[in-house]
Amino acid sequence: MKYDIAIIGAGISGACIARFLSQYKISICMIEKETDVSCGTSKANSGIIHAGYDPEPGTLMAQLNVRGNELYTSLSKEVHFTFKRTGSHVIAFTEEEKKVVQELFERGKKNGVKDLRILNADELRSMEGSVSSEALCSLYAPSAGIISPYEAVWAIAESAVINGAKLFLETEVYRISPRDEQGFFTIHTSRSDIRTRFIINAAGLYADAVNAMAGARRFCIQPRKGEYTLLDTKCCSLAKSVLFQTPTDAGKGVLVTPTVDYNILIGPSAEEKSEKDFNATTRTGQEYIFEKAEKTIPDLPRRSIINSFSGSRAIAYECGEDGKPGKKINDFIIEEDKIVKGFITVGGITSPGLASAPAIAEYVSSLLEKAGLELVINPDYNPVRKGIEIFKDASPQRKEELIEENPLYGRIICRCEMITEAEIVQSIHSIIGAKDLDGVKRRTRAQMGRCQGGFCLPRITEIISREKNIPMISVTKNGRSSFILHSKTR
Amino acid sequence: MKQDFCYDIIIIGGGPAGLAAACAAREQGVERIVIIERDLHLGGILQQCIHNGFGLHHFGEELTGPEYALRFITKVKELGIEYKTDTIVLDISVGEKNCFNERQKVVTVLSVKEGMQQLETNALVLAMGCRERTRGALVIPGTRPAGIFTAGAVQRFVNMEGYLPGKKIVILGSGDIGLIMARRLTLEGAEVKLICELMSFSAGLTRNIVQCVENFNIPLKFNHTITKIHGKDRVEGVTVSKVDSHRKIIEGSDEFVECDTLLLSVGLIPENELSVSCGIALDAATSGPVVNERMQTSIEGVFACGNAVHVHDLVDFVTEESIRSGKSAALYVQKTRKPASLRIPVRSGNRVRYTIPQFVDSLDEPFKILFRTADEYRNVHICAYSNNKKVKSIKKKIVRPGEMLSFEMTDGDLIKIQHDITVAIELPEEDVD
Repeated sequence: MKYDIAIIGAGISGACIARFLSQYKISICMIEKETDVSCGTSKANSGIIHAGYDPEPGTLMAQLNVRGNELYTSLSKEVHFTFKRTGSHVIAFTEEEKKVVQELFERGKKNGVKDLRILNADELRSMEGSVSSEALCSLYAPSAGIISPYEAVWAIAESAVINGAKLFLETEVYRISPRDEQGFFTIHTSRSDIRTRFIINAAGLYADAVNAMAGARRFCIQPRKGEYTLLDTKCCSLAKSVLFQTPTDAGKGVLVTPTVDYNILIGPSAEEKSEKDFNATTRTGQEYIFEKAEKTIPDLPRRSIINSFSGSRAIAYECGEDGKPGKKINDFIIEEDKIVKGFITVGGITSPGLASAPAIAEYVSSLLEKAGLELVINPDYNPVRKGIEIFKDASPQRKEELIEENPLYGRIICRCEMITEAEIVQSIHSIIGAKDLDGVKRRTRAQMGRCQGGFCLPRITEIISREKNIPMISVTKNGRSSFILHSKTR
Repeated sequence: MKQDFCYDIIIIGGGPAGLAAACAAREQGVERIVIIERDLHLGGILQQCIHNGFGLHHFGEELTGPEYALRFITKVKELGIEYKTDTIVLDISVGEKNCFNERQKVVTVLSVKEGMQQLETNALVLAMGCRERTRGALVIPGTRPAGIFTAGAVQRFVNMEGYLPGKKIVILGSGDIGLIMARRLTLEGAEVKLICELMSFSAGLTRNIVQCVENFNIPLKFNHTITKIHGKDRVEGVTVSKVDSHRKIIEGSDEFVECDTLLLSVGLIPENELSVSCGIALDAATSGPVVNERMQTSIEGVFACGNAVHVHDLVDFVTEESIRSGKSAALYVQKTRKPASLRIPVRSGNRVRYTIPQFVDSLDEPFKILFRTADEYRNVHICAYSNNKKVKSIKKKIVRPGEMLSFEMTDGDLIKIQHDITVAIELPEEDVD
């Protein structure tokens, strides 16, 4: 298999890069070790499209965040995922924090963030009635927004595939051989060898390992775990926009935000850890985020918790001589390697990585051109990807048409989120189809409501078994050996 | 949308509550009744409860869940009551009062067979049942592997679909479904390694503790909970910890129990999304609608019954309550009852968690107050007060939160009632009489 471009990693960065490059006449593949796209850092994060006042002016982060934020409007429309420009507030509770808000305001202006304003406490509370009376002022950024990150990655990656990119799932990269005389790298994977002219390392938490395989610039990725809690949709009036506290060295602090699906999300905690692939929640983590979030919104209803989860952010450090993390790298690492020509690192994509991703793709494209790749527009490029039509959100008339076209729209499987059988079946047969229960959940929200699959788990298991023509006991939660059922009864 | 369907009574839910209400309303003489059921069959959760123990009160004999359901399904068919299965209610809207002083209700339903329909009705009976509390609501720390189920989901897999979820089982919570599934899974060849109960007593029925746990030598630990879930793809084990009398985890009491499946039997929550959406008042203690002695909710002509109102421990009691609800709906439709003149609150006094009804609007006929206690107490008096005066007192050896209590308000008691009723549990040392 020969490609012009091989992208390692199918998270938000890899998917955006693949989709952007798919408008050109070049051959592209994405290589992903997991069973689905968006299974690493892109799966479990805040889902915030930051406005761009946080990064230091002059950094790549600053440049790409503001540009990426802008691009989300057209991107979300073209490939069909939900993006809501809810706006965000950074709230100050002390005189000291008021100064920070002022600094962020200045920084935002330098970074080119539009419509930034500092609101006094009354203005803030007239917009966000649940915010604590201790709040003194806020930096209001109307351009900030929210997405469902896995929905977005899925949609963007499908758009890339529609335009010819190949996606290899459950394919792990073991070794990379340098460019041969014809100018091709060989990527040795758990499946077969892939030959490619250019490599883009978008491997997230494993970007350091991939760079090492290629003999490219050394750095270390240290995961920073973040725990979150999700509240029931009945709490949706608690926050209408993203509510931050003032940032510290450990990150942007604990936020309270609506999600695109009308839940309230609080988190993250920030805990340095060594295991990259192991996300567990802890009692202390959960208590920490609640305690912190209650500074923003007092008396958060703990009875309305429907789920908690944790994810890992990929924080990049210079590699010390002992191979251990040294000094923290405070910007994205997006560059063609100085020694390994044709190898592009997209590393250390921590916050605001999600917001920046569409701009990261543009930037990578410009690096490829500089590196000698000829980019000719593909006349057949189709920017539009149609998603699954959501029954719940359709007008009464459209609902009737949908049932007319596909009677399975008439059967609700997930009662809490009102997801129909038609949507679940489509998610399984879509271009990048769901293979397991979590895949269905990420694509349709089925099992994501307040009963957490109590009623629909058996029925979705049956639907997957039927549609994929596999036995019930082969259905998994999320690939590998995560089987739902053990055996038939006696 | 098709909109030419008019009913006297629409019953939402075709489980034991809805079926009994429908039969009662028909026997009262109401013609146009329809039951809306979201599952493929009538019978509700009873269809997956293949163990026996149902019907001792109502039928005077011991039946399995499907047998109990079948009796009512047969009756519904004999009475010629219309029902729609595989049909879900999307919305209920309650209109303004018309010239007959009635509020017309419109129910929007959806099915594969008939698409979307709007059904108009004079009265509604809400019988949606309940759902199970989940891991998310409990915030059990740890990983998120496959193999964590609510007990009811496993019951469906085992009894209706014929699949075993795992071989080494730990159950959190000693609710009835958990206890019954402990026995069921043991009979299917799985090893139930442990049942953990946070409280010092079981939320389940005593007979289930004996028949499902003790008879099978399944370890049951009170004052224990699960503090961590282990495993990447599939559950590999749980950390079990002891708690003190304030339910705080005792440091150093952790113990790892290897298992491939965790079942949660940690409580049931009445399903009332539809009730809330049409503005029906809920009781924070029950999570169900506030009802009067006729099972009417805060909206006139909308009645409720069964586990949607409060979680019952026996289906027989659901049936009894639902017959009352169905009959009341019929009387409402037939306008044979004079309008309510009173509103007497029924309050939960000391050690009482909730009462059903929460208010009464007539003292003309005797009625029954159902209630649950907050904890386990011994040698108590169950008392009813009105206007701070004791109107009734009954001695009881032991009361448990897991067993619903009832209290008849007879004609003789009703004479003593003034503006309110309070039900309380009094401990021996408080007993001043």
